[in-house]
Amino acid sequence: MSKNTKLITNPLGKNNPITVQVLGICSCLAVTAQLKPAFVMALSVTVVVALSNLIISFLRNTIPPRIRIIVQLVVVSALVILVNQVLQAFVYDVSKQLSVYVGLIITNCIVMGRLEAFAMSNKPWASLCDGIGNGLGYGIILIILGFVRELFGSGTLWGYPIMEKLGLYNIGYENNGLVIMAPMALILVGIIIWIQRSSNKELQEK
Amino acid sequence: MKLRDYIDKIKPNFEKGGKFEKLHSTFEAFETFAYTPNTITKKGSHIRDAVDLKRTMIIVVIALLPALLFGMWNIGHQTSISYGLDFGFWQSFWFGFLRMLPLIVVSYVVGLFIEFMFAQIRGHEVNEGFLVSGLIIPMIVPVTTPLWQLALAVAFAVIIGKEVFGGTGMNFLNPALVARAFLFFSYPTHMSGDSVWISKPFHYAGDAVTGATPLGELMAGHSTSASALDMLIGTIPGSTCETSVIAILIGACILLVTGIASWRTMLSIAIGGGIIGLLFNAIGANDYMSVPFYYHYLMGGFAFGCVFMATDPVTSAQTNCGKWIYGFLIGAFAVLIRVVNPAYPEGMMLAILLMNCFAPLIDHCVVKANINRRNKRALKAA
Repeated sequence: MSKNTKLITNPLGKNNPITVQVLGICSCLAVTAQLKPAFVMALSVTVVVALSNLIISFLRNTIPPRIRIIVQLVVVSALVILVNQVLQAFVYDVSKQLSVYVGLIITNCIVMGRLEAFAMSNKPWASLCDGIGNGLGYGIILIILGFVRELFGSGTLWGYPIMEKLGLYNIGYENNGLVIMAPMALILVGIIIWIQRSSNKELQEK
Repeated sequence: MKLRDYIDKIKPNFEKGGKFEKLHSTFEAFETFAYTPNTITKKGSHIRDAVDLKRTMIIVVIALLPALLFGMWNIGHQTSISYGLDFGFWQSFWFGFLRMLPLIVVSYVVGLFIEFMFAQIRGHEVNEGFLVSGLIIPMIVPVTTPLWQLALAVAFAVIIGKEVFGGTGMNFLNPALVARAFLFFSYPTHMSGDSVWISKPFHYAGDAVTGATPLGELMAGHSTSASALDMLIGTIPGSTCETSVIAILIGACILLVTGIASWRTMLSIAIGGGIIGLLFNAIGANDYMSVPFYYHYLMGGFAFGCVFMATDPVTSAQTNCGKWIYGFLIGAFAVLIRVVNPAYPEGMMLAILLMNCFAPLIDHCVVKANINRRNKRALKAA
C-alpha cells in the first residue's frame, strides 16, 4: 500500500478519530438520531477537514508559529461558513435539523487536531489524503450510529418507514425511546469501541 | 447423599483435560449452588466468613419473599376490585402468581443465559449476583410490562450495566435499576401513566380499566385517593411488588438481623427524605409540597429502593461515614425529584442511580479526610 492510501485507510480502522482517538464525540452524539443528518454532517466534516488540511499545508511555511491557531481558525471558519451556506441552499430541512452543529464544526477536535498534528508539518497532497481519511473515519461511525438509532428509535431508514412496512408494529413491536436520546449514542459508541478492541489486539492496553 | 456422589462422579469431565472442559464454570456454578465449596485460599492473609456470596444472596432472596408474595396477592386484588370481580384470597393470589411467573421466568432465563455465556467466554466462575437482580427486576416493573421489553431490559442491564465492567462486584450501577431505567426511558407508555398498573383478567376483551398510583395522582394535581393506611399495607395500584411498606419492612428486618444490609444507609435515606419532605411542608407553595412528609415513605418505590436497592453492597458507598452522606442524598434527591420535577413522577430510581455514580467519589473524600486527620495528629505528636 502506498503511503498516501494508508493515510486514507488508517483512520477508517485502527486509528479512527472517534473510537480510537476519542475526538469529536459531542457532535457524534448530537446529530445521529437520524441517518440523513448524520450523513450530511459526515460529508460536511469531511469537506472541511480535507480542504482546511490542504490550505494550511500550503500556508504552513508562511504561518508565524505564535499565531498559528488563529490562522487555522480563520481558515476553518471560512470553510464552515461556506459549507453552511451550501447546506442552507440545497438541503434546507437537514440544515435546520443540524442547527448549531454545522457551525460547531469549527470547534470539532478532529479538525484542529489534524491541522496541528499533520497539516502543519506535511506536504499538501499527503495532508489532503489525511483530511479525507479522518473525515471518512468520523463519517463511518456517524453513519453506523445514525443507522442503528434511526432504525430502532424511529423505525425508519432515511425517512422510509421500514418497521411499519415489515409489519412489526402489528405483532407488538415498539420503537425504543432511549435510542433517540444522546446517552444511548454514547453507549453505542462504547459498544463499537468494545467490538473493535476485542477483534484488534494492537488496540488493547496492557 | 445421592446428589453429592453424582456430582463427584461427573466432576472429572469438567476439569482440565476432561470432555466438557469448556463448560467448567457452568458445572462449578451448579456444584457450589448445591453445596458449600470446600476449597480454601492458599496464599496471603485472608479472613473467611461462614457465609459466602451465594449464601448472602439467598438471604436477600428470602428477605424479598414477603414483598413478592404480597405483590402477587395485590395483583389479583387490584384486578378484582377494578373489574368488579369477586376474587377470594387464594383466587387473587393465584391470579397474581400466574401474572408474575412469566416476568420472573423471562428475567432469570435471559439474565442467567447471558451470565453463563460471559463466564464461559472469559473462563471465570458464574457470579451469583444475578440471583437477586433477576428477582428484583420483575418486582419493580408494572405488571403489564410486555415480556420482550423486559427481556431486552434484562439483557441491557446485565451486559451494559454489569459485564462490560467485569461482572458482579465491578459494576458501579445497580443492575436491577439499570433495567428499570432502560424500560422507563425506552418505553415510557408502558412504564408510567394510569393504564399500566392493573392487569386485565384472563379472557377479557373489553377496554382496560385504569387505576392511578398515589404518585400519579399527585403528579396530575389531585390528592391521593388511597389513605396512608392503604399505602402502608399496600393495597394500592403500583409496580408489582413494591406497594406494601409492611412486607418490605419485614424484609428489612431479615436483612438487618443477618447484618447483610447497612442500617446506616437505610436510616440516612429516611432522614434525608424526611428533612426535604418537612422543608417542602414548611414552604407549602403548592398542593404537592403540602403532602405530609411521611407520605413519601409510603408512596411508590421509596421503601423498596431504600431497603433492597440503595443498600446493594457493591454500588453503595463503602465507608461508614460515606454511607451516611450517600443515603441522605438519595432520600433528599428522591423527594426533590418527585415534588419539583415536572417530568418524572417517581424519583427513587433516578436518585439511587445518581448516587451510585457518586458513591466512589464520596468514599474517596472520606478516606482522604481520614488520612489528612491522622497525618495532622501524627505531626502534632511529633
